[in-house]
Amino acid sequence: MTTLNTKLADAEFAADSSSDETFLDAVRSYARRVRGGDMGSLPAILGVIVLFAVFGLANDRFISALNLANLVTQAGSICVLAMGLVFVLLLGDIDLSAGVAGGVSACAMALTIVNLSWPWWAAVLGGVVCGALIGLAIGVLCAKLGIPSFVVTLAFFLGLQGVTLKLIGEGGSVRVDNPVIRGITIDNLSVTAGWAFAVLIVVGFAGLELFRHRSKVAAGLHHAPIGVVAARIGAVAAVTLGVTYMLSLNRSVNSNIEIRGIPYVLPLVGLLLITLTFVLNRTQYGRHIYAVGGNPEAARRAGIHVDRIRLSAFVVCSSLAALSGIIAASYGGKVSASSGAGNVLLYAVGAAVIGGTSLFGGKGRALDAVVGGVVVAMIANGLGLLNQASYINFLVTGGVLLLAASVDAISRRRRSATGLG
Amino acid sequence: MTATNGPILELRGVNKSFGVVHVLHDVDFQIYPGEVTALVGDNGAGKSTLVKAIAGIYPIDTGTYLFEGKPVTVRDPNDVAALGIEIVYQDLALCDNLDIVQNMFLGRELKRRGVLDEASMESMAREALASLSVRTVKSVRQMVSSLSGGQRQTVAIAKSVLWNSKVVLLDEPTAALGVAQTRQVIDLVRRLADQGVGVVLISHNMVDVLEVADRICALYLGRVAAEVKASEVTHSQVVELITAGRSGSLGLAPAEAAQSM
Repeated sequence: MTTLNTKLADAEFAADSSSDETFLDAVRSYARRVRGGDMGSLPAILGVIVLFAVFGLANDRFISALNLANLVTQAGSICVLAMGLVFVLLLGDIDLSAGVAGGVSACAMALTIVNLSWPWWAAVLGGVVCGALIGLAIGVLCAKLGIPSFVVTLAFFLGLQGVTLKLIGEGGSVRVDNPVIRGITIDNLSVTAGWAFAVLIVVGFAGLELFRHRSKVAAGLHHAPIGVVAARIGAVAAVTLGVTYMLSLNRSVNSNIEIRGIPYVLPLVGLLLITLTFVLNRTQYGRHIYAVGGNPEAARRAGIHVDRIRLSAFVVCSSLAALSGIIAASYGGKVSASSGAGNVLLYAVGAAVIGGTSLFGGKGRALDAVVGGVVVAMIANGLGLLNQASYINFLVTGGVLLLAASVDAISRRRRSATGLG
Repeated sequence: MTATNGPILELRGVNKSFGVVHVLHDVDFQIYPGEVTALVGDNGAGKSTLVKAIAGIYPIDTGTYLFEGKPVTVRDPNDVAALGIEIVYQDLALCDNLDIVQNMFLGRELKRRGVLDEASMESMAREALASLSVRTVKSVRQMVSSLSGGQRQTVAIAKSVLWNSKVVLLDEPTAALGVAQTRQVIDLVRRLADQGVGVVLISHNMVDVLEVADRICALYLGRVAAEVKASEVTHSQVVELITAGRSGSLGLAPAEAAQSM
């Protein structure tokens, strides 16, 4: 054991356990990673800043409490759909049918409430199960039968639109006026509850980060310098408390009514983000998703059931798509034949990729989907405020997706040149 | 160190045919704990087939597969892994997007209360690398994509130490490496054997083979031409065994060598 300890001390990676890496070193190595093509969510965060500046200057209503609340509710369904897509994109697959799978699921939910008078929670559960079944079917065809996911999900994209049409009837729509479902996007937490929630998030995050930092230092494991930990906590606190403050202001345009508080959809997205981040980073299942996305052959040889992992990713994706469809139905107050069709999927894929999830698989986080979702929602929202014709909206969003995909492809090339993975 | 004991893994009279092609003829092959056995032979001599037979990828037609002196039935690669036999393939099966620790524990992650136990995995990986005196890796939390070929080979080999493998087969571990990196890997192979592991080194590089191997098993057209102590043969003798199946008094009888053609 003594020899082992000497060897441990001798080895170069002993530097791991000592805390001689300073905050500045960490900043420098981050800069090196960014230059090497490993940019993560950086383009998306820059995008948020640029969009705030551009739209804020172009229209004085853009940076207002009212519009911020609109932005949150618009981004909600995009973020949830994009988080689902991250699972599929991590494997290097694509799910083109996720948007319409959400449409069908929302339709199932709305119809069970309207026609069968199901309670809201049973209807939501039914909708999510509907999504999971669609995902199961896609997963079986892709993972077990071996059809490329592009083809399978393109077929489902067309087929599921037919299902929605049949369920609703040509040109019609189903109203969603259940107060709980509708309330996801139009009702707000009380200001006190909002602040309590925000403080809980910040304190919980800070406590967890500091606890993990201390136990890593104590066990002599690789850890980030305390400055980086502090910066991370600071960023989370600033964003959480800042948004809570803005949303706690009265944003009513009518001076007789008061509207304030966080829309329910925000904590909903927050909880999903925390759960999915935990699943991807801290569980064996999540680790295997990354492994299959990085090198399926290596994963297979390591004894991972690659086809089961792929199948499950499609199930997760379509289930989250169902939730996203329900949030979209809550926002629109109805489910129509075109729910989930059109640019919904484009927005969500764009969100995931803009956030830093790679289309080539193996790289991505749930957080990417949320940051990217905010960027996409800002574009749609800002262009709407500027009263642009809708063709501009399509052109800009398509352009942004293409730009994000190019950044992904270029940074991938740079990463492989610099060996940064 | 334990070289005086019997072989840890032994194949006796193994035959393997693919249709009409008789690839392995009555092959006897032994792996001893604490020794490096080099498996050499020209292209098509049957090296890969023999390795795949040991790995459980190809079932053997006839012959006996003995592990620690007892006959075992090997049906698929999982049976082999369960015995403690690890095969490091030439195209190292590593995930570029994961770090060293994550790769070393891939598929066998440690968990505590359902959550990945990163702390234990990191310290165990660190100990495995340290026990092989690995010095070339900066951090065990480095992404595998940032590693050189030699470092990747190191990680793949260290994985077998981590899992207390009894036999490790290395398929051409230095084929794609430069001089310095080959040096590192050869040193590593030696240290692995010094820990009591039975190591099989498949290589075309005679310099490496003669330097690191304790015993050399030369295959010639599907037969074992000779099994010799590395210290008792010269470079040119090994080359002759590989190319002609015989060298002076060593190797197949002339008739047998000719018949194999």
